[in-house]
Amino acid sequence: MNHLVFISHDQQSLMPGVLNTLSAPLQLGGTVDALVLGHQCDAVVNTLTAIPGISTVRVCDDALYNNAFVAEDCTAQLQSVVEGYSHVWFTADTIGKNIAPRLAAMRDVQQISDIIEVRDAQTFVRPIYAGNAIATVKSDQVQNIITVRGTALEPVATENGSAGVEAIASVGSANLTQYVGAETSSNDRPELSSAKIVISGGRGMQSSDNFQMLERIADKLGAAVGASRAAVDAGFVTNDYQVGQTGKVVAPDLYIAVGISGAIQHLAGMKDSKFIVAINKDEDAPIFQVADYGLVIDLFDALPELEAALD
Amino acid sequence: MLVFVCLVTGAVLFTLLKLNRNISLKKVPMKILVAVKRVVDYNVRVRVKADKSGVETQNVKMSMNPFDENATEEAVKLKEAGLASEVIAVSIGPDKAQETIRTALAMGADRGIHVVTEEGTEPLCIAKILKALVEKEQPGLVLTGKQAIDDDSNQTAQMLAALLGWAQATFVSGLSVEGNTLNATREVDGGLEKIALTTPAIVSVDLRLNTPRYASLPNIMKAKKKPLDSLSAEDLGVTTTPRLTILEVVDPPQRATGVKVSSVAELIEKLKTEAEVL
Repeated sequence: MNHLVFISHDQQSLMPGVLNTLSAPLQLGGTVDALVLGHQCDAVVNTLTAIPGISTVRVCDDALYNNAFVAEDCTAQLQSVVEGYSHVWFTADTIGKNIAPRLAAMRDVQQISDIIEVRDAQTFVRPIYAGNAIATVKSDQVQNIITVRGTALEPVATENGSAGVEAIASVGSANLTQYVGAETSSNDRPELSSAKIVISGGRGMQSSDNFQMLERIADKLGAAVGASRAAVDAGFVTNDYQVGQTGKVVAPDLYIAVGISGAIQHLAGMKDSKFIVAINKDEDAPIFQVADYGLVIDLFDALPELEAALD
Repeated sequence: MLVFVCLVTGAVLFTLLKLNRNISLKKVPMKILVAVKRVVDYNVRVRVKADKSGVETQNVKMSMNPFDENATEEAVKLKEAGLASEVIAVSIGPDKAQETIRTALAMGADRGIHVVTEEGTEPLCIAKILKALVEKEQPGLVLTGKQAIDDDSNQTAQMLAALLGWAQATFVSGLSVEGNTLNATREVDGGLEKIALTTPAIVSVDLRLNTPRYASLPNIMKAKKKPLDSLSAEDLGVTTTPRLTILEVVDPPQRATGVKVSSVAELIEKLKTEAEVL
């Protein structure tokens, strides 16, 4: 077996989930190489060479990849190096999810998406139906192209490694798509899908203004703010807040559901959270079935008290 | 006098018609192909089959994949804005996929193509079928949802773009057309990314792009009369042999039953000492 791991990074550091992704090939054994497409990103390369188990960090330095992972360009570069690898791994973040399937089709490979467990070199476990069912799939392909859900595996160690570094030539741009720019989120709260704590509101919040109560608590907890589809459909918040099967799937250490009844499609997006708190005045609400701690109370009484208690 | 007025009116009308014709000849709006999938409705609690072979889809409410509704909406909006000449809705799957095509037609797509395959056809194969249809129909833009909420693969759009050698924009929440350039805003981890694509291109869409319209009853009736072709994968020269074998499909691990707390103070106490998350 020989593995190539495509590294998602921001020129300075690895993206969340990359260290977890690396544990999949290291668990299987064989040669493990890392591929870095970037521009003057020595810090990233140095982080990787220190990871025990990585053989070679293959680096393509081109201004083309300066903070931009245009799929058409990245796959052209990947195509020039992937021959001979039994497994090509990506982190299932928005970089990996954009690039991996394009590479897979170029290689005539059926990709295996978003795995949460490696059974053996050809057998993988992945959630389907937003985690409401778990499938074990076996591949009979000579090359496997796989994306790994970052939160599912333990991260690898990052010290005492001695990987070599190999520079590889850039194949240049495919000239199909131009990177124009990025807009990072306007608030200082953590990003919903990678936050350690998420506090979400549902239809019970009653209005857009009332979401400010959640925002104030979120700022005290260093949490991200989410919402149920019902709250989005009611127009309280925009769609990017949506947690659920049709929104974002989150798995924070702590998920606080406020005024959320617990529709199936919402549960699908948050039930892998480590601890779930439900605050709802309806004691029969389905959300209590998945909650570790349930508080039956009017949220308009609970939220001010919670905010005050966090001072 | 009357004759003169008639002549003048006629000349004006003729000029107007000619102008109009010239205008429509000058800009050649593209065809749009939109790919839609029939999936278990997002509000249904899925049940794993007793023999662990998959998820029960018999006698279960099915709907258009939510992200594909956004794709259909965007295609119809582009046509309404005069930027598309025709919207073709494609669905690939068992016979009942035609219901999903009818939904797209009721939303405003002009005609449908159904490619009959078995349930669970893999994304690579779906992409090959779509490629064959693209070569036949020559659209300037293919729109589809960013992922289907059944197998959650998130692959088809990117694979189709690769097979055609076209530009791709995935997870798109903003789209504008300027001649041969598409300006797309993508939802990426931690924010938004803007890219410019050269058409023809494939765009996979996210929820924030638009709000899909509800089909009105008259439009649902009209949709029944719109043309809908049916083909097989073999007709398009694509074999559907799967590359992956599903060994088993099981329920996710159940969460242990939690406890009820009586006050906010008790809740905070438990989060600090028991869960240790605060």
